Amino acid sequence: MSGEEFVPLSLTPLLIGTFAAIACALPGNFLVLRKQALIGDAISHVVLPGIVVAFLLTGAISTWPMMLGAAGAAILAVVLIEAIRRLGQIEPGAAMGVVFTTMFAAGVLLLEQTDTSTVHLDVEHALYGNLESLIWLDATGWSSLWDLEALAGLPPELSRIGLTLIGVILFTWLFWRPLKISTFDEGFARTIGIRTGVLGMALVITAAIAAVAAFDAVGSIIVIAMFICPPAAARMMTNRLETQIVWSVVFAIISAVAGYVLAGYGPLWLGGADAVSAAGMIATMSGLILALTAKFGPCRARVGVQNSS
Amino acid sequence: MLDLIADQGVKIADQGLDSSPLAIRGLTVSYGQKPAVFSVDMTVQPGAMTAIIGPNGAGKSTLLKAALGIVSPLSGQVSVFGRPLDKQRARIAYVPQRASVDWDFPTRVIDVILMGLSRELGLLGRVRARHVSCATECLNRVGMQDFADRQIGQLSGGQQQRVFLARALAQNADLYLLDEPFAGVDAATEKAIIEVLKSLKEAGKTVVVVHHDLATVTDYFDHVFLINTRKVAEGSVAEAFTAETLQSAYGGRLATAQIDQISRALG
Repeated sequence: MSGEEFVPLSLTPLLIGTFAAIACALPGNFLVLRKQALIGDAISHVVLPGIVVAFLLTGAISTWPMMLGAAGAAILAVVLIEAIRRLGQIEPGAAMGVVFTTMFAAGVLLLEQTDTSTVHLDVEHALYGNLESLIWLDATGWSSLWDLEALAGLPPELSRIGLTLIGVILFTWLFWRPLKISTFDEGFARTIGIRTGVLGMALVITAAIAAVAAFDAVGSIIVIAMFICPPAAARMMTNRLETQIVWSVVFAIISAVAGYVLAGYGPLWLGGADAVSAAGMIATMSGLILALTAKFGPCRARVGVQNSS
Repeated sequence: MLDLIADQGVKIADQGLDSSPLAIRGLTVSYGQKPAVFSVDMTVQPGAMTAIIGPNGAGKSTLLKAALGIVSPLSGQVSVFGRPLDKQRARIAYVPQRASVDWDFPTRVIDVILMGLSRELGLLGRVRARHVSCATECLNRVGMQDFADRQIGQLSGGQQQRVFLARALAQNADLYLLDEPFAGVDAATEKAIIEVLKSLKEAGKTVVVVHHDLATVTDYFDHVFLINTRKVAEGSVAEAFTAETLQSAYGGRLATAQIDQISRALG
């Protein structure tokens, strides 16, 4: 494929898909180890009612109210989960399950009951996003990367997910040590003065922001898959958290790139006519990688099990 | 009532509340309807080894966790070397129960020890050669120097306990609080741990241990604190670790034979 074709049509969706995958996979590492991976699932579902409510209030598809609505819904969900867990004295997984299914269902109902048919806001978009449509029509080839005029025409999703990714990387880098210590041993972390409650909440909010930005660009399927699959697959490749993070980023990139390419060209190679959903294919790739590492990964056995009873 | 308050006031002053490594007043902790720890006072003696003893579910671990701010008490005050806990975190080292963490966590033994240096390292401080050599020295003291690069899940229970102790050593604290360090460990590990704890005491450090094995109390400890939700007894082993206080703490749950054995050991 030439630059003239690749840059306008494929470069931006590829970058957006990759950035979204990494932004979700990074906090996903900690969520998986904290056995909170379901929170990614929960957040990516509860953003739907938030977005719908924001749309109903403003009456337009404008990004910032919607992102605020999504973030508000995510925070409401986190608070509800915590409240149900404490008041009901049940395990967090159950509380998450109750909250996110209810809020997602409410979001779907709201969508159905309101006049959103004229705008690009429906369940299908919420699930699969619209990755293929995030093209860069102002580009004419690789040289456009240095052309300020053409750069101004980049899809805004790219800068949003790019900024989000930078934020996620900064958070992970800055709080690496307290995150690692409190994930491994929360009691000890508190005794050395780490405010584990605040840090845990900050992690969930970071994940929520990543989920909302990714949801905006690529839909919730990728979000759910990327919070869990690359980190879980990475865990089976290594016994060191530092290395696990690197593997999870590598797997996120492979999923995004291979998924995008296969979605666009796979059916053609197989003699079909149409492309399939890139978001769906990216999520499938991450699942495939997880399956492969579960079978062949060098660190998949829980060696410590016999001692930890 | 007034007499009682005055009486307590004198007692607290006598025990040197101001400088005690760990002073707890009126501590009550509850997880649900029933309090796990009720209105407990405790004054830990400096430079000694104290055992917290009591039956299962008596609130031993909860007392320790509340003293450290890991669980929030309903009421009560905690002071560490005469100052609020938050100002004294650098002087405390805590060894949690081994089973309280997931040993499948992807990290190596040496990394766990380095966690003990995290106050010194700060958020972004680089781990330098001197930090690694300090961590290695701590591993040495618990006899685990050959395991530095192992993944923690590959260790036996006793080895895991030693790693936790080595992390506490790396903290270079003045007050060491250990939650059931001898639970489910092999004899060699128990010996190694008690040697380290005794060396801490000799260096003038204060050691508090949640302990369950009544048979070793007289050998290992100077002071005991008996608890069964409420404080039962506190003092030197000779004065507070008696057949009566044990009977009172354990109720009918302690076999008479055990009490006899302890009484004989106490002479």
